[in-house]
Amino acid sequence: MNAALNPAPMPLWMVAELTYRCPLHCAFCSNPVDFAKVESELSTEEWFRVFAEARALGAVQLGLTGGEPLSRPDLELLVAEAHRLGFYTNLITSGVGLNETRMRALKDAGLDHVQLSFQDSTRELNDFLSSTRTFDLKRRVATLIKGHGFPMVMNCVIHRLNIDHVDRIIDLALEIGAEYLELANTQFYGWADLNRAQLLPTREQLERSEAVVAGYRQRIGKQLRILYVISDLYETRPKRCMNGWGTTFMVVAPDGLVMPCHAARMLPGIDLPSARNTSLQQIWRDSPAFNRFRGDQWMPEPCRSCPEKAKDLGGCRCQAFLLTGDVGATDPVCDKSPLHGRVLQIVNGPRPVAPAVERPLVFRTPENSRRLIADTAEP
Amino acid sequence: MNNPSPLSRTSYPRIAPLYRFQWEAAQNAYVLLFPEGMVQLNVAAGEILRRCDGKQSAEQIIADLRIAFQSDAIDDDVEAFLRSATSDGWVEWRDGATP
Repeated sequence: MNAALNPAPMPLWMVAELTYRCPLHCAFCSNPVDFAKVESELSTEEWFRVFAEARALGAVQLGLTGGEPLSRPDLELLVAEAHRLGFYTNLITSGVGLNETRMRALKDAGLDHVQLSFQDSTRELNDFLSSTRTFDLKRRVATLIKGHGFPMVMNCVIHRLNIDHVDRIIDLALEIGAEYLELANTQFYGWADLNRAQLLPTREQLERSEAVVAGYRQRIGKQLRILYVISDLYETRPKRCMNGWGTTFMVVAPDGLVMPCHAARMLPGIDLPSARNTSLQQIWRDSPAFNRFRGDQWMPEPCRSCPEKAKDLGGCRCQAFLLTGDVGATDPVCDKSPLHGRVLQIVNGPRPVAPAVERPLVFRTPENSRRLIADTAEP
Repeated sequence: MNNPSPLSRTSYPRIAPLYRFQWEAAQNAYVLLFPEGMVQLNVAAGEILRRCDGKQSAEQIIADLRIAFQSDAIDDDVEAFLRSATSDGWVEWRDGATP
């Protein structure tokens, strides 16, 4: 997506988090840790209105995600309406709940593409990391997706416990016939941030895996396109936050909160508007939340006078908040940040030798979420 | 494989199934949509791809574009674009017309 082509920012990409319900319990989930607070989901009709308003603003890519979007019994209706409005519809799923009947109904509704997540190339680690028995099911779902002629993206979140299997993960993607493979190194928000000590790969692991991916790319050419995204913490320049805060993306949470990025719910001092009582047009153009980090007026030094400020726009707001406590700080991933030392401390500091044994992973379950909410409530 | 070497002028190019081609009023442009991505097309690219419907041969498309752009000197540009669109996987080719 090249937002630079558009003079006025347009939310080309809308992510609809249809529900926080999910049969998986992945320890690196980017959902907010207090998701159990959210009880009232937007209704079918409310989503129809949200889709129509987004489309009128120029949105064309629609990501249907969650949680697990298949947990919504009205998913087929939502896809049909989005398709009718002219969206390119992407279903982002764990595959749990996808059977022949629903697959056919989704095809008939006009679904364009399915992104299927795996947690590892092995049954043992896949099932351990998601805290479920789902590996065999995912293999069957992959066959179903290809059988219905969908383009398929296989997604695997990469971290310390599976990064040494990158070769086998690529083999799996080739075997199931995916067109794209997203190897997304864990970014440390939400549940992943809780489990950072266990999940952040070592520098040696990262370098080995990059060499493996480069070797595969050379060998397999265009039959599978591999997107390999490394963790920001190993960079010395930050990435743009969602291609620039309020420039391209709009995320609508299950309860209708509208966010400039998936993790914005945890940012303090940002009053997120709701699609339940405000139009998306008003939210996108006028809300303080969406205007807060647009442009460069908000930037502190060293960003303000930096020749690269137009390139990374000061980096990720959530990362800045999590690592510095200040949502308006320069992303400390940047080695020009006075607080870059905190990032170095994390990547070079002592790590558990046997990560998941010395310190158990906190899995994303409603019980754990409620416990974490209670912990924050009692200081 | 029914995918003859591209740019036989008598073959029929069409948008590959991985892609969706549509007009976006908000962008005032044709776009190509694919999983989680989009290419905004310039006027010439849009006019060429609009005609890649599997029902017209490359020869017919070029003849039509000569009229649309009121120029006889477009053949090389159209062929170059189709070659690159084919190598990007946007366009595939058939020996005959798609019914």
